[in-house]
Amino acid sequence: MKRHVELKNSQREIYYFRLRLVLSIGFVAVLLFLLLTRFVYLQIVKHSHYQTLAENNRISIVPIVPNRGLILDRNGVILAHNYSGYTLEIVSNKVPDLEATIDQLATLVDIQPKDRKRFKKLLAESRNFESLPIRNRLSDEEVARFAAQSYRFPGVEIKARLFREYPYNEQTSHLIGYIGRINDSDLQQLEDDETAANYRGSDYIGKTGIEQSYESELHGTTGMEQMEVDAGGRGVRVLSRSAPMSGNNLVLTLDAKLQEIAWQAFGNFRGALVAIDPTNGEVLAFVSKPGYDPNLFIDGIDEDSWNELNNSPDVPLNNRALRGQYPLGSTIKPFMALAGLYYGVRSPGYTISDPGYYTLGGSSHHYRDWKKGGHGMVDMFKSIVVSCDTYYYGLAVELGIDNMYNFLSRFGFGKKTDIDLEGETSGLMPSQEWKMKRYKEKWYGGDTVSAGIGQGYDLTTPMQLAFATATLANDGVGYRPHLVRQVKHSGSNDTAIPAVKPEFNLNLNPEHVALIKSAMVAVTQPGGTAAGASAGAPYAFAGKTGTAQVVGIKQGEKYDANQLSERNRDHAWFIAFAPADKPRIAIAVLVENGGHGGTVAAPIARKMLDYYLLGKIPASATLAAKAQSGVPAAGAGGNPAEEPEHD
Amino acid sequence: MIKQPLWPILKRRLIQHIDPVLLLALGLMLTAGLIVLFSATDGSWTRVTAQAANIMVALVCMWLVANIPLHYLMRTALPMYSLGMVLLIAVALFGEISHGARRWLNIGVATIQPSELMKIAVPLMMAWYFEKNEATLTLKNYFIAALLLLLPIALIARQPDLGTAVLISASGFYVLFLAGLSWRIIGGLFVTAAVSAPFLWSMLHDYQKHRIMMLLDPSQDALGKGYHTIQGMIAVGSGGVLGKGYLNGTQTHLDFLPERTTDFIFAVYSEEFGLLGNIILLGMFLFIIGRGFVITANASTYFTRLMAGSITLTFFTYAFVNMGMVSGILPVVGVPLPLVSYGGTSMVTLLLGFGMLMSIHTHKTLVQT
Repeated sequence: MKRHVELKNSQREIYYFRLRLVLSIGFVAVLLFLLLTRFVYLQIVKHSHYQTLAENNRISIVPIVPNRGLILDRNGVILAHNYSGYTLEIVSNKVPDLEATIDQLATLVDIQPKDRKRFKKLLAESRNFESLPIRNRLSDEEVARFAAQSYRFPGVEIKARLFREYPYNEQTSHLIGYIGRINDSDLQQLEDDETAANYRGSDYIGKTGIEQSYESELHGTTGMEQMEVDAGGRGVRVLSRSAPMSGNNLVLTLDAKLQEIAWQAFGNFRGALVAIDPTNGEVLAFVSKPGYDPNLFIDGIDEDSWNELNNSPDVPLNNRALRGQYPLGSTIKPFMALAGLYYGVRSPGYTISDPGYYTLGGSSHHYRDWKKGGHGMVDMFKSIVVSCDTYYYGLAVELGIDNMYNFLSRFGFGKKTDIDLEGETSGLMPSQEWKMKRYKEKWYGGDTVSAGIGQGYDLTTPMQLAFATATLANDGVGYRPHLVRQVKHSGSNDTAIPAVKPEFNLNLNPEHVALIKSAMVAVTQPGGTAAGASAGAPYAFAGKTGTAQVVGIKQGEKYDANQLSERNRDHAWFIAFAPADKPRIAIAVLVENGGHGGTVAAPIARKMLDYYLLGKIPASATLAAKAQSGVPAAGAGGNPAEEPEHD
Repeated sequence: MIKQPLWPILKRRLIQHIDPVLLLALGLMLTAGLIVLFSATDGSWTRVTAQAANIMVALVCMWLVANIPLHYLMRTALPMYSLGMVLLIAVALFGEISHGARRWLNIGVATIQPSELMKIAVPLMMAWYFEKNEATLTLKNYFIAALLLLLPIALIARQPDLGTAVLISASGFYVLFLAGLSWRIIGGLFVTAAVSAPFLWSMLHDYQKHRIMMLLDPSQDALGKGYHTIQGMIAVGSGGVLGKGYLNGTQTHLDFLPERTTDFIFAVYSEEFGLLGNIILLGMFLFIIGRGFVITANASTYFTRLMAGSITLTFFTYAFVNMGMVSGILPVVGVPLPLVSYGGTSMVTLLLGFGMLMSIHTHKTLVQT
């Protein structure tokens, strides 16, 4: 009975159940269709969109930074090179607690307070997600210690890379300069020059010196690698690659040994010196002392070292050779004498009687000669040999400032030499027009008198004076001074030195030049102002001493070096070229607060000439160049260094 | 003499409760799953071998269940459900926390996840309950059945394990639906759900809220919570019509796809085999589901109809939720792709279900004769 009822219920039940089952099938069909629609949408309609996203996911373009070109001296001595080493870098955005991380790192590698300071400074100047070095030049042991613990430090990485090094350190600091990390203004500059693409991946750029002015040669061409990367950004394989091109090597005109001898010859004095080959404008030595350690700047200098350099009374960061502006002092006299001859104001035989002072007509003001009582009868030759001031006071007045300006400007005074370094100052050669512009004041006769002995408004740089001296030595045919002798393209073995064309010819009267030169030779001989420095020299060399006043001496007072504090003493000048008959080297030396040119500056020039002309190395000198010479680094692309011809 | 008749008998014993059509379809699906897994593991045999072992174990379980007569199966419902509830409560009290969720129970020899057991036990219990009260079904019975469903779900959702909770809710709801729950109540439930949605939302854990928010706009947090969805969609979309080719999926092999052997294995498949592969996969699922419906339609008792229907629809739900979340139309809730994703427990649970289907199909005739 019961069963019968149930059975009937079952029939109805099965009917309802099957109805629900059909609905379920419909439900399934609708949802599966929905999925299918979704797949069609993703895989057909939006396919190219997701295709692009997948490609962007997987392909990363990795720049390959080229090796920076080397800088060598004319004999192949390395002045700037690269070596590979390890650096510990932090991407600060990926590190939750920077201080704590650095503290922990300090337990593994040596991190000094100055490293921290330097890092903070870098951090302040850095871009987002930039990897910044906390420590450079890790030892192998430190690398191993960190590597074992690296899992504890997300965002901290050991990187192998090339470091720039300047083996000559401060001696070439003002010449070679240094590279430093690319900052925002560098980046802006690169973008303006449309070279930013070539700097993808580069962290460094030349900041000063040769490194800066030859940046485009030294940097090289950045290569690119299309890398397939995984989600963690790790490279999986290379899809395509364009090799980087190493930067070009620079062979400088500089002679590293000469540079060292010059540097050491300064002893404890500050000053600057430029030596030029007058026959082609090659700069053989370029000293500005004191210098600084350029290696400190590469990864950002720490604050303490920076303050020390920046606040030093010796201003080691000032490039005296290129930017230091000093009155010419008596070194102006040979050029003044030439001007006198040129304008016919003086003949060689014209003689004055020097009472020890000069007075301008209608004034009682005494323009004193450096020698009390005067030099007696003085003609042009003697005026140079004894450096007679009175002679030139009169000459200047008769020439007039505008003639002086016109003539001296042709030697390059008051103008940049356009040497291949940036930041050169132009010095100053005054004229009536200049004074009106500058001071809104007319030119006075007295201005001309003091200008005649290079103690007026005139200013020159050692670079400029060396250039003028070289032009004089080369009989008025000027070559633009330059520091780079040859750009060696990476991969090429071209050894030919490009010929240099003369920049200008002053068309000086050879007789005039001969007279001046012979007088300058006499300067270095008994009776001349630089006689002491030239004793025993087996070659004839021409020179002229000079003194640039630091403080004015009042009328009626006497200059007494002992009474003045050291920094107020006069600067000593000496210009020279040799051999006198066929000059191969022209030098301008400035010794700050050195007093007399003949006693302090001239011996420096003498040591250089002895080396350059005779291959003589001063007994006191210890030369690094000797050990380093002829060891071109791997990748230099260089040929074995040729032995210096004068060795 | 004895040997000759023994083999055919043994053979009959082995296969008599196996549905060959379903077995073939499952075999194809499992093989495809191993092939995809090989790609998803970057060609590592270890995982593939382990998964093959999982499959073997699961197949044995399936065979065993297929051979259990239905009245024995029914008898397990109450003890299994009770055990499951005890274990779930134990998890809530002493469970181990892993990845921010309390899902596992350490029973000394092994760590078990009782929610997996409930995937079978809940529909089984509900179907048994309806069978028991078949003659006198009233609203009260539906209410009690719903309670049988909601209790374990509440515990599982609290763990939290949203994926499992969703699947068990679905399987229980299918039982209720197939058992003939009145349309008014179904309608009422939807209204209630809609009304209580804000309240439920506030109950959700932050990471669950995030996952749902990311569904609406995954790019909001492309490297964080939205990463899974975005990378999954990139994989699917970049596959195109024909796919990138087996073992050539860049999203897969360059590590962009997260959880690519488990929840996101469909993205691997879809990237490498494209829309064409997806259609084939949908076809295979459809075939298995269709076979399940055939078995359901032919089931002889109330209990077996409910059970077979629920198992089939739950299997579909697995597949739909997984593919839906990978292709970005559902939130990422942690549901594996059935028969394909790596994992022993879910494989066993799934094949146990298919074993029941086979048992329902093959014991029916025996019961009737």
